[in-house]
Amino acid sequence: MDGFPILSLMMAVPMAGAIACLFAGANSARWIALIATLVDLVLGIALWANFDQGGLQWQFQEYHPIFGRFAWALGIDGIALMLIALTVFLMPICIGASWQAIQKRVGEYMAAFLFMEVLMIGVFTAQDLYLFYIMFEAGLIPMYLIIGIWGGADRIYASYKFFLYTLLGSVLMLIAMMWMVHEAGTTEIPALMTYNFDPHVQTWLFLAFFASFAVKMPMWPVHTWLPDAHVQAPTAGSVILAGVLLKMGGYGFIRFSLPMFPEASAQLAPLVWGLSMVAVVYTSLVALVQSDMKKLIAYSSVAHMAIVTVGLFAFNQAGIEGAMMVMLGHGLVSGALFLCVGVIYDRLHTREINRYGGLSINMPKYAVLFMLFTMASVGLPGTSNFVGEFLSLMGIYQASSWVALVCTTGIILGAAYMLYLYRRICYGEQKNADAAAMPDLSVREVALLAPIAAAVLWMGVYPESFLAPMRADIRALEARLAPAAPAGDSKIKMGAPKQPSEGHHEEASAHGEAH
Amino acid sequence: MIQLIVLLPLLAAAIAGLGNKALGKLPAKIVTTGALFASCAMSWPIFISFLTGHAEPFVAPLFTWIQTGSFDAQWALRVDTMTAVMLVVITSVSSLVHLYSWGYMDEEPDQPRFFAYLSLFTFAMLMLVTANNLLQMFFGWEGVGLASYLLIGFWFRKPSANAAAIKAFVVNRVGDLGFMMGIFGTYLVFNTISIPEILAAAPAMAGSTIGFLGYRFDTMTVLCLLLFIGAMGKSAQLGLHTWLPDAMEGPTPVSALIHAATMVTAGVFMVCRLSPMFETSETALTVVTYVGAATCLFAATVGTVQTDIKRVIAYSTCSQLGYMFFAAGVGAYGAAMFHLFTHAFFKALLFLGAGSVIHAMHHEQDMRYYGALRKEIPITFWTMTLGTLAITGVGLPLVGVGFAGFYSKDGILEAAYASGGVGIGAYFVGVFAALLTSFYSWRLVFLTFFGKPRWAASEHIQHAVHGHHEGADEEGDGHGHDAHAHAHDDHGHHGQEQTGTAGYHPHESPWVMLTPLVVLSLGAVFAGFLFHDQFIGSEGGIEFWKNALAFDSHLMHAAHEVPTWVKFGPFTVMLTGLVIAWLSYIKFTDWPKRFVATFGALYQFLLNKWYFDELYHFLFVKPAFAIGRFFWKFGDVGFIDRFGPNGLAALVVQGNKITRRLQSGYLYTYALVMLIGLAAAATWAMTR
Repeated sequence: MDGFPILSLMMAVPMAGAIACLFAGANSARWIALIATLVDLVLGIALWANFDQGGLQWQFQEYHPIFGRFAWALGIDGIALMLIALTVFLMPICIGASWQAIQKRVGEYMAAFLFMEVLMIGVFTAQDLYLFYIMFEAGLIPMYLIIGIWGGADRIYASYKFFLYTLLGSVLMLIAMMWMVHEAGTTEIPALMTYNFDPHVQTWLFLAFFASFAVKMPMWPVHTWLPDAHVQAPTAGSVILAGVLLKMGGYGFIRFSLPMFPEASAQLAPLVWGLSMVAVVYTSLVALVQSDMKKLIAYSSVAHMAIVTVGLFAFNQAGIEGAMMVMLGHGLVSGALFLCVGVIYDRLHTREINRYGGLSINMPKYAVLFMLFTMASVGLPGTSNFVGEFLSLMGIYQASSWVALVCTTGIILGAAYMLYLYRRICYGEQKNADAAAMPDLSVREVALLAPIAAAVLWMGVYPESFLAPMRADIRALEARLAPAAPAGDSKIKMGAPKQPSEGHHEEASAHGEAH
Repeated sequence: MIQLIVLLPLLAAAIAGLGNKALGKLPAKIVTTGALFASCAMSWPIFISFLTGHAEPFVAPLFTWIQTGSFDAQWALRVDTMTAVMLVVITSVSSLVHLYSWGYMDEEPDQPRFFAYLSLFTFAMLMLVTANNLLQMFFGWEGVGLASYLLIGFWFRKPSANAAAIKAFVVNRVGDLGFMMGIFGTYLVFNTISIPEILAAAPAMAGSTIGFLGYRFDTMTVLCLLLFIGAMGKSAQLGLHTWLPDAMEGPTPVSALIHAATMVTAGVFMVCRLSPMFETSETALTVVTYVGAATCLFAATVGTVQTDIKRVIAYSTCSQLGYMFFAAGVGAYGAAMFHLFTHAFFKALLFLGAGSVIHAMHHEQDMRYYGALRKEIPITFWTMTLGTLAITGVGLPLVGVGFAGFYSKDGILEAAYASGGVGIGAYFVGVFAALLTSFYSWRLVFLTFFGKPRWAASEHIQHAVHGHHEGADEEGDGHGHDAHAHAHDDHGHHGQEQTGTAGYHPHESPWVMLTPLVVLSLGAVFAGFLFHDQFIGSEGGIEFWKNALAFDSHLMHAAHEVPTWVKFGPFTVMLTGLVIAWLSYIKFTDWPKRFVATFGALYQFLLNKWYFDELYHFLFVKPAFAIGRFFWKFGDVGFIDRFGPNGLAALVVQGNKITRRLQSGYLYTYALVMLIGLAAAATWAMTR
């Protein structure tokens, strides 16, 4: 594959598809979109197969100057590879999920999705700071359109809220980027990742990037756009929003905040921990009382993303690998859960949990798959999410036992709200005649959910396939962070004689770290 | 071999579960039951080879699971004496329960799903006991939790079953929180999660201190207690026990397999497996002893007043688990494992016997509507009596011959006494609990099998007699049953007045249900006599356990040398309990009513299970929903949105009004705006 511009090709294929869709009829647009995304999936598999795990950090690099410093610079490491794999895996499923649900302006809809894919791959492959920025922000536009045109009743408010939140952060990020380029004299991301900024300035740069990534993540308290966006978005929109768009925040942290501003990251880690701790407990409790299926899953996403942020800001390999695994696992599982919601929404046209009940009786296949994804969301060992959650929490335990304890309560609360949801939808008597008359999964729907189910189990039983490509990159990141990483609060002291006076000192410092 | 033992049930579960309706009932049953009997047939030779001392521990690696840095979790199957003991317990009880379910679940339309769950459970339990690292143990731990959740909620139309299933899962997750934190801490301290490596390194860590939640504690105490919280959840110890009685909503074979013989003993297994770790922390062991003894007593008191036959046995299980824990707490791990072993047989027997009674009595579970059944269902009666003789520990102290419980329970009590300190307290608590055990066990037998028939008052029997049962049966075994039970409670006293058979004829269960009863009663009779020397003998134990657990030969020796009155204690209370039960439920049947009249408050306290459910509902469940609603309505909507995006929107609208005013057409306003803009741009250019 030497010199073959596979990354550009992976962006060109959906781009060409998108243009073709604009001029095609409804049915041909569907087929064009499906074929384009499947071709991209094949290219993605080829990309993974040709990725050299022990090789260079940056592979498949392309560089074409455009003007000035600005260049079409692409390249991936293992982290980006995994996120690209997630993207190309979910895209055909999204097209399939929209096959019948979307009936108006199909061409434009498919074009928006394909354009979205171009931008998502662009975000994960960009090696030029400004190229990244353009891809990152342009991703807003197709999503804004998808929610605003093909969304639910309250779509205008939701799309406006989505746009406002995400744009707000990005303005600050752009200013920070301009300063960085000015200071470091390069727009290349790999170079910037090893550039040592002045620690005082780092804090401001970190905060500027944080404003953008925290919204994208989303972290508490800037999460309120997510439930509304999910509720109003069409099913496939929710899948791609939860599956990939939320991961851009995490990717931003791992690609920019941590390696570029290690001192500031360490200094502000307690802020991230605090927000994440609040998020886990707060959004889990809010999820518990939701009566709208999509809102419930949206709130659970916020709680899961908080596990990602604590893992990232654990500053060790276990935590960061765990955070990546949560991102991948959550991408699959929450995507699948939104598909599950979409399946019954297509039949009954309501997201009200109480309108369903007893679906295990008339939809047994659906009940089985929904149970699998529920358990994966709960983080049952053997499913994808467990690996990530476990590693993240283990990582953060090394930094702070308090944060680990509070965030681990998420496994209790998560079980409570997900099982409560499952019970109300699938168990109990069939109390509504229309819900009881719904047919079981069609072949198309099984074809959408079964691959995700297989991936979820694969990732849970043999996560090595996914951890191995990222290992070297995360080890490098850990090494980069090591000088700044905060010491843990455990501080084992050997030997029998206990020294209470010293213990008190450390108690105070450990306490300070946790907050 | 070991791979086959563990993976056959998984394969069977996958075939039966995914095949489901397409496969049909009979093939599903044959595949799952066949796989389990095959596993069982392969497990016994392993156990026997350890028993005769011909086998050495080994680990059969499978493949990598999670690896990051020095953290290395492999899928591997470890076989040593502890695993061998658990293998035979799990596969024997599981295969018998599979067989039993052929009869018990015969009317159930959804059988493939049921058998698939049972086999899935067995697989997870086998993964738990063959774990060579803490993470695989946790995998099995959660896997059995999942199977338990699915099986408790098997009759998913029943609201009470669904509630019980969720409760079981969530309460267990509270314990899992401790387990997970324990794994994190263990990895932090030892830099490995491999069990043999941890156990080897544990003694060196004794006396070290660790920072935890901002305070400094003894390292091993923190780790052991965190792990022990996990054990408490799974083994339903006081505080985290509330899910176990509710778990009786599941079909009775499930109760026998999961909630008596195997899953609930996982906590005991974990403590014994990690016993060299627990040995390094005196504090942790003391806590284990206290919790075990408290649970033992608590559950036994509640068991004395319950009227639902399955709930009596459930509290009995809870209480027996308490025995196992305080045995572990005083350092008698061999005795704990021995009681686990014998208990699996006689408690599974009692549950399956209860299932046979329920089957005969047309799904009636309330003992107040039983009576005089010994002649109607004699095989069930005799096997359950053997089970009762085993659980109450009938045997002759000085001769040393008795039923299974006699060896294991008395072994625990004597070891507790011999260990001194808290152990002596635990001995007295244990003896008192043994009195209660004897009382409630015989109460169950007398209420069920003796006296006059009181069947006429039962709605289930009425249904059966008046021919409604055809329709009810199609719904499956227990649908809507609980609602009836509660209805009875409301007018319980009236019910007790009514006696008579109402023309109903109980029928003995089919042979597929009776065979497991007979096989298990062999275990209840002989398991103690045959194996006590290996499990708890001061010399035999060393050879048998081979360092699989921290076997304390001296303690076991001392336990044999305790004063005679200590040995006679359990024997005496066993007889006393029997006599009180006989007097109360056969000789003077008005005694219970007079007791209730005299000690009404105490009776209510026990009947309501010390009000734990009410307390937890008030402390945790209600606040969780209330706080969630508050965060949502006042946090998200009322604050963040109001002052965030909505506030901004309002601001923009306001701003528009201002700009409209600014666009006044007057030159000086434009000039002002330009000036401000210029100044801002200049400032930015200069400061950057």
